[in-house]
Amino acid sequence: MAKITFDGVTKRYPDGFEAVKDMSLEVEDGEFMILVGPSGCGKSTALRMVAGLEDISDGELTIGDEVVNQKAPRDRDIAMVFQNYALYPHMTVRDNMGFALKLHGVDKEEINKRVEDAAKILDLTEHLDRKPANLSGGQRQRVAMGRAIVRDPSAYLMDEPLSNLDAKLRVQMRTEVSRIQNRTDTTTIYVTHDQTEAMTLGDRVAVMRAGVLQQVDTPMELYNRPKNLFVAGFIGSPAMNFMPATVEGDTVKLPMVDVRLPEELRERVGTGGEDGSRELIAGIRPENFEDASLLGDDTRDRGASFKVTIDMIESLGSEIYAHFSVSSDKAIESDELRELAEDSGAGEVPGGGEAGDIVARLSPESQVKKGDEADIFIDASHIQLFDPSDGSSLTA
Amino acid sequence: MLDSARQRVLWGIGILVVLLYALIPVLWIASLSVKPVDKLTDRKFFSGEISFDNYQSIFKDDTFIAALVNSIGIALIATLISIVLAAMAAYALSRLDFAGKTVILSGALAVAMFPPISIVGSLFDMWRSIGLYDTWAGLIIPYMTFTLPLAIYTLSAFFREIPWELEQAAQVDGATPFQAFRKVIVPLAAPGVFTASILVFIFAWNDFIFANTLTSTDNARTVPAALAFFTGGSQFEQPIGAISAAAVVVTIPIIVMVLIFQRRIVAGLTAGAVKG
Repeated sequence: MAKITFDGVTKRYPDGFEAVKDMSLEVEDGEFMILVGPSGCGKSTALRMVAGLEDISDGELTIGDEVVNQKAPRDRDIAMVFQNYALYPHMTVRDNMGFALKLHGVDKEEINKRVEDAAKILDLTEHLDRKPANLSGGQRQRVAMGRAIVRDPSAYLMDEPLSNLDAKLRVQMRTEVSRIQNRTDTTTIYVTHDQTEAMTLGDRVAVMRAGVLQQVDTPMELYNRPKNLFVAGFIGSPAMNFMPATVEGDTVKLPMVDVRLPEELRERVGTGGEDGSRELIAGIRPENFEDASLLGDDTRDRGASFKVTIDMIESLGSEIYAHFSVSSDKAIESDELRELAEDSGAGEVPGGGEAGDIVARLSPESQVKKGDEADIFIDASHIQLFDPSDGSSLTA
Repeated sequence: MLDSARQRVLWGIGILVVLLYALIPVLWIASLSVKPVDKLTDRKFFSGEISFDNYQSIFKDDTFIAALVNSIGIALIATLISIVLAAMAAYALSRLDFAGKTVILSGALAVAMFPPISIVGSLFDMWRSIGLYDTWAGLIIPYMTFTLPLAIYTLSAFFREIPWELEQAAQVDGATPFQAFRKVIVPLAAPGVFTASILVFIFAWNDFIFANTLTSTDNARTVPAALAFFTGGSQFEQPIGAISAAAVVVTIPIIVMVLIFQRRIVAGLTAGAVKG
């Protein structure tokens, strides 16, 4: 059991590239911390620095009460699960799981007992004497997990442990990982690029972008109060819709409709220019739209409705995703949005006279069809507004 | 694969042709080696009479025994040093990124491509003046210049195949770098080490040019060179039987080595280490 602290940790490569920039983060004892971000954001590098597989260029890394910057991986008392599992192919499952204990000079009986206990938890008992080559992907993944848990280390480090599994197995193993972490109550740092994994597994989630920590919070806080455009766009699926907006007095002018802002939002946004108007980026989550025809008048008062032609319908049974396009003359310039678009293909933003795709999540009762002109409602209390100059949220 | 009888027959014929082509000279030598002296020129594969006189005579011959000892010693030492050095070099070349890596690799290749015949002349003069002529070291050193690049290339190909994560996993599991190398990397690279060892050993064992040029006595003369100096029982007797017997004897270690190690040279030993 140990607390892991990053204090201004930086990873600089010889060519000057900084993979992790001045990262400060405290992972509490027993906490399940997720590092999430698009590929190349430095999350794996950060994890490998904790493991001791990468040198730390600057800053201090503490595990427990000890600064471990200069310690070899074997002296850090951590266990790591690799993305490709890295099982020892020449050893049986039993030897794979017992390898670390053997190196630490634990006696044979104790090793056997602990390996068998772990195998029971992971449902591997009947495979203990097989070699990794003869196991399925899911079983190999469990052996990799088993290798970590038999050691009872002070922290687990997991580097995208589920990304090589197929979708169904991934969901299953996600529950498993969560159960094991709960049971052992061991500090865990878990790296993933999948925001669903991040949201479902983590006690807290740290979102990274280009080597910089963007926001560290509980999944719900990240979802409801993202600190900037990047976090807002990265967390949530389908992603948040972004569009240029102008705030004038108590109304925000969106490309499709003007919406009256609720009191508490208006205060926080403030007024910008001399004429009292301000150019902003508005973000609306798909579920903050609704088919207006399904709503009563009292609900309708909380926002505004507009008419739009539906381009496409995706029906999932429990919900309907309606796609429609909106165009705007105003342009949005944002590196964060560009990066989001590159990473997920989403985040196509209307602006500069171009149309952008907007996704709305509608109730399954909605009768909207492709090509229909529909009446769509926006919930004003959930509109998020961002400063275009630095992407920071004005509503968080 | 073999989905029709026709294909099977064609394959059978092909294999038979290759086997005959490769084995007839070997069988001929073996048959010569067991013929009595007076039947040597009877042009028969099997003369009906088997005699081990030739074998007895070569093992009574001090020159041959000395040559055999030289051959075994020199080939083993050259193999051992080459493999140890090459394993370390190949490991560094496959794992580390350092300046001049490509220069070293292409340099090694260039050395290996040098025809031996073009350097024996100058080596002969050099070895005589620095006292390496007709010594074991005098043969081991030139052998290593040719076997090292070969071994480095073979081994670095094998090391590259071993996922780096395995070593890192071992380190995180609590292994020192040396333990990780010994308990994880070496067992996985074993097929590579055996392959390289066999290639190196065969090169050293079969060499004739260096052995013939750089030796003059039983001190360091190896079997392939010694065969050339065989004489018959008398000046009028052809030593063909003895040469054949010696040729068979020197072939045996190579066959034994390949048979022992081929079982270890199995592909796919690293299968299952990592996904995909």
